[in-house]
Amino acid sequence: MILFLEQFLNGLQFALLLFLLAAGLTLIFGIMDFVNLAHGSLYMVGAYFAATFTRWLNSFVLGVLLALPAALLLGVVLEMLVIRRLYSREHLDHVLATFGLILFFNEAARLVWGAAGLTLPLPSFLSVFLEVLPGVPYPAYRLTIIGVGLLVAGVLYYLVQHTRIGMLIRAGAANREMVGALGVNINRLYTIVFGVGACLAALAGVMAAPILTVQIGMGENILILAFVVIVIGGIGSVRGAFAASIIVGVTDTVGRAYLPEILRLILSPTGASTAAPALSAMFIYLLMASFLVVRPEGLFPAPGGRK
Amino acid sequence: MMKSLLGALAAAALLATPAVAQQKVKIGFVNTFSGPNAAIGIDERNGFELALDHLGRKMAGLDVEMLYEDDQMKPEVGKQATEKLIQTHKVNFLTGYNWSNVLLASLKPAVDSQTFLISGNAGPSQIAGELCSPWFFNASWQNDQTPMALGEILNRKGVKTLYVLSPNYAAGKDMAAGMMRTFKGKVVGEEYTRWPGQLDFSAELSKVRAAKPDAVFVFYPGAAGSQFFLQYAQAGLKGQIPLYSVYTTDAITLPQIKDVALGSISTQQWVQDLDNPVNKRFVAEFRKKYGSYPSYYAAQHYDAAMLINSAVVAAKGDLSKKDEMRNAMRKADFPNTRGKIRFNHNHFPIQNFYAQEVVKDAQGGFTMKTLDVVFKDHSDAYASKCPMKW
Repeated sequence: MILFLEQFLNGLQFALLLFLLAAGLTLIFGIMDFVNLAHGSLYMVGAYFAATFTRWLNSFVLGVLLALPAALLLGVVLEMLVIRRLYSREHLDHVLATFGLILFFNEAARLVWGAAGLTLPLPSFLSVFLEVLPGVPYPAYRLTIIGVGLLVAGVLYYLVQHTRIGMLIRAGAANREMVGALGVNINRLYTIVFGVGACLAALAGVMAAPILTVQIGMGENILILAFVVIVIGGIGSVRGAFAASIIVGVTDTVGRAYLPEILRLILSPTGASTAAPALSAMFIYLLMASFLVVRPEGLFPAPGGRK
Repeated sequence: MMKSLLGALAAAALLATPAVAQQKVKIGFVNTFSGPNAAIGIDERNGFELALDHLGRKMAGLDVEMLYEDDQMKPEVGKQATEKLIQTHKVNFLTGYNWSNVLLASLKPAVDSQTFLISGNAGPSQIAGELCSPWFFNASWQNDQTPMALGEILNRKGVKTLYVLSPNYAAGKDMAAGMMRTFKGKVVGEEYTRWPGQLDFSAELSKVRAAKPDAVFVFYPGAAGSQFFLQYAQAGLKGQIPLYSVYTTDAITLPQIKDVALGSISTQQWVQDLDNPVNKRFVAEFRKKYGSYPSYYAAQHYDAAMLINSAVVAAKGDLSKKDEMRNAMRKADFPNTRGKIRFNHNHFPIQNFYAQEVVKDAQGGFTMKTLDVVFKDHSDAYASKCPMKW
């Protein structure tokens, strides 16, 4: 039972990391109708910024805090230079362009920081263990990720539900043309949304960096999962992204933890150890496929219908 | 008379030019130069290039032309790169091949076209056994051998229960199988994690903590290795359950893991401080040229280059004499960072395996130190399945 709770915490931490990435992605896809494959690159660049600033300033907290506005700036510049020209184009053009951006960012990172990657070491106050479950010293840093994820979820909820800009975001997700026709400066809204999305992606990268080390191409694998999350949660909906990321993160981790045991009941030990990793990798996509069949618009679709 | 003399001279000059355009030795190098594990491909290329520098960039008087291709860690991309090198560039030798799955996919085009393939790293059990070929030589090791040596160490240290974590691909399974071949205790957990995607091992580490084994065995090459070691320490397991590994701590990952890996024990067929003149020169000049310690990846490719050179020299530069080149390579008479090795009948090396420990050097950097010889002149376990005889 204790082990299950520990795995649940592991899953929750992974889920909230996914949420940070998926929230920005769903906002960009929902409001701007823009398929942003380069989101994973923003995650990577955020991690690289944090690692570099931490090294320069010799302080983890300052490095992290400085990386976020740097990523916001990068997101705004990217939007103004590249993304803005693509709004009138089709989704496939978005995919091609942002895929090119992925390649560009990977090579740029290699030129600036080298091919070997960086590490972002944790400060001593975060390297302690807290005994949240009896007999289980759980790393404080992973609890920090859970805390930050929940805090950001709360802030985003407040932003989207209770502020003017949140109202514009919700309206834009429901019917973009109408919002433009009503006199709102759509371009500025888009730049802000893209910047916020970039900032969230960078925050996810920064949070993940001490655990997963900073590597070129680190955003690609988790980006795929983020897309799965926004499909399950409903495009344009932060609430949906939150619910879906909890579902995806926890089932992925717990499934990975218990699938070998379950398989060992029906297959031989070698069969189980061969089938388990393959099945656990497929599991999330099977989940997404069944969601698409049962509820294609997602858990919390944006009201007013979407194309 | 003058005209015909001039004409004859001109004709002679024209006939002479083809001799100036000499045949070159074309070597195709397929490895990973992009993504998180690009550092490995670059280290291997550096090792090979250093060998070429030591040879004066000539083999038997012929210029060496290197063609580098990126396999992106994907078998299908590696296979296409191999085919391109064989068909379009008509290379005389293929080398590189860091990953066992890429090598397994690329072997057939090489064998079908009768092009020599010298693996600088990957040593899958299939190629040591039933897929052995006269066109394939392995300059590194067979995947099972290194973990077999580690299993022996675990026995000597009295480890009774063991948890095994390894990635789910050809080499990952070979490593686990090799270790379990010699390990006499009980394996209480055997997990194969997603490869190459999985980077967060929290679920597996929770299971390790719950199982309370005497020791943990892992094989996580490249970027995943740094992540595993860091997460192992973060989960609080570092002081509690000893971690044994193969191919996880090396000159590429140590600068990232640093203190976390200090004291960790692994096995290898080559260690930085091996005491022979070729190795001493290799390590010193590698550090001078590239500013870092060489990894075993680089050492193996240095040896691969020397092996290819021995073949070309024996054939006196006539690259069509493939049987002579093969016989020369079989003699294993080339300068070697491991001292002296010989080839088994499946073209895999018979060599020593050493226990090594991560230590700090005089300048505060991290490197490996030889502890003792675990296996002497060890041959791999699959040689009996290979039908080749010579």
